[in-house]
Amino acid sequence: MPNVIPTSKQYSSTGLRTLAEKVWDKHLVTKGENGTPDLIYIDLHLLHEVTSPQAFDGLRLADRPLRRPDLTIATEDHNTPTLAIDKPIVDLTSRTQIETLRRNCAEYGVRLHSLGDIEQGIVHVVGPQLGLTQPGITVVCGDSHTSTHGAFGAMALGIGTSEVEHVMATQTLPLNPFKTMAITVNGALRTGVTAKDIILAVIAKIGTGGGAGYVLEYRGEAIRALSMEGRMTICNMSIEAGARAGMVAPDQVTYDYLEGRAHAPRGADWDAAVAYWQTLATDEGASYDAEVIIDANELEPFVTWGTNPGQGVSLSGSVPNPADIIDANERSAAERALEYMDLTAGTPMKDIRVDTVFLGSCTNSRVEDLRAAAEIIKGKTKAEGLRMMVVPGSARVRIEAEAEGLDKIFLDFGAEWRFAGCSMCLGMNPDQLEPGERCASTSNRNFEGRQGKGGRTHLVSPLVAAATAVRGTLSSPWDLVQDGDQ
Amino acid sequence: MQKFTTVTGVAVPLRRSNVDTDQIIPAVHLKRVTRTGFEDALFAAWRLDPDFVINKKEYQGGRVLVAGADFGIGSSREHAVWALRDYGFDVVLSPRFGDIFRGNSGKQGLLAGQISEADAETLWNLLECDPGVELTVDLVSKTVRVGDLTVNFEIDDYTRWRLLEGLDDIGLTLRDEARINEFEATREPWLPRTLPALSPESISK
Repeated sequence: MPNVIPTSKQYSSTGLRTLAEKVWDKHLVTKGENGTPDLIYIDLHLLHEVTSPQAFDGLRLADRPLRRPDLTIATEDHNTPTLAIDKPIVDLTSRTQIETLRRNCAEYGVRLHSLGDIEQGIVHVVGPQLGLTQPGITVVCGDSHTSTHGAFGAMALGIGTSEVEHVMATQTLPLNPFKTMAITVNGALRTGVTAKDIILAVIAKIGTGGGAGYVLEYRGEAIRALSMEGRMTICNMSIEAGARAGMVAPDQVTYDYLEGRAHAPRGADWDAAVAYWQTLATDEGASYDAEVIIDANELEPFVTWGTNPGQGVSLSGSVPNPADIIDANERSAAERALEYMDLTAGTPMKDIRVDTVFLGSCTNSRVEDLRAAAEIIKGKTKAEGLRMMVVPGSARVRIEAEAEGLDKIFLDFGAEWRFAGCSMCLGMNPDQLEPGERCASTSNRNFEGRQGKGGRTHLVSPLVAAATAVRGTLSSPWDLVQDGDQ
Repeated sequence: MQKFTTVTGVAVPLRRSNVDTDQIIPAVHLKRVTRTGFEDALFAAWRLDPDFVINKKEYQGGRVLVAGADFGIGSSREHAVWALRDYGFDVVLSPRFGDIFRGNSGKQGLLAGQISEADAETLWNLLECDPGVELTVDLVSKTVRVGDLTVNFEIDDYTRWRLLEGLDDIGLTLRDEARINEFEATREPWLPRTLPALSPESISK
């Protein structure tokens, strides 16, 4: 981790606290002693069909109640079809998993947004959209991308199924305190460069294990300038740097997003909440355990070339040569990645031809993402032979996009306009790549086989996804502008 | 959970770093609603290759996996731990683990021991030169022994204690239930609640 600079942290002597430490302190039920973890209270527990059935079973076997159904909410997202959602799910094991969630939620009194419900969608899109995700709260879900909710200044942790059961039974989790890392993004993004490019650049810089043991706090001018959607994109991928969580201190952008949402506080409660939220920002002079500094002015659209999210490069760059990598393990990982990706060192990234473009996932499926992509492709023709799949993050995003006519733009372009869910991000449902198929994807993971056995994934922003769909090769919107000049 | 003290068994050298949980168990195998029966899903894509280390007959019945750095990164799926357990692994040794994976391991009696990069290399060489050799992993002394070689591993004290005692986390927490009740009584009234369900349509009226 050469790019992570350890700092000498002395907060305990000064009493100054970072955002993450403030949220932690506020939720301390018991302070651990003699090496035992702290017990942390959980304000919001999100469930979905894949990581909850075994936890419900555990409760049932131990004859334990679900402690707080009123702090728990479930949606169907990972394993749901994005076509023909009014028909029974064809795959029987998938159907059983969905039906099991429905039975469990009915039995334990959990609010569930099922396929077809207006609030159904990817759990990390639904929570913020309903106003349930709020600054300063603790959020958990049996899904690593729970880090998304940190965009509101919440402490949001992805957990395993045993921990899901633990939260169901106790509304708490035993946790060891994390270290803190400031990711300071100075300057301003250039046109065509987005939140996705910031986080891909951060991961390439610190590596897939660089954030291990840390809660990352994104700060600096470039972060302040982002919308909530952009901040969610960044926090979402904190896990890809190995971090337990990512956070952004709440500000007016946060309050404006939340005000008036279904579950946001109202009236006097709103004022009390905002007054509290305003105390959450990291104290001036508080120190972090480590810091990383990024200059937004220097960032370009970023894409991955390999099989982990840290294997990325600027779109204007080339496929790296493993021989140039000094670390032996990283070098062999790069060699293996190039073989899997069927790429040759030195190939310009922009020469790489893709078969499929996937616009969706908890990273980039909000209406702002769809709008940005639609703007690029509007009035243009899709590259010949290329398939583009657009999967809104939630049923409400889909409706909102349709009200703006975005569906029509995508359909006219030749893209598929699907129903909400995780879809091709993880390929649990039928939305999968064929072996050898190459995809420019706005999702979060380019692992081997992630989007389908033998599939090859390049992680990109919605703007790059859209431009790529027009040109057929990895492209930025600027390439379209240049094409237009010719 | 069963008490864990020592394990002696065949060790498998997995000379790869960044083994993410999608490789340990691909998503298509996550559709089941039980905690068991995932042994065939372990490394499902890699096992299609007959030369993949786990397929070699010398390493059959492996109980200790020695992997490269950043093992278990990615998705939080506890199915990764269940698949390793169902296959028969009791121990994974790696220079660094994904945080969520390491936490999940401790809940399911899978020992995730952290070794140095140099020791990983030493163990790989040894296991490749003498395939099928058995290691002894001793949680009491936090050591791995094979022949004359002894390698230390790290694990946090709390997880080690729970594994040694075979303790159930939820039971431990519920001893503090009175404290949870006290804490709940102090929570601000405006904190979000999922019930009753509200929607933009219901609140605008």
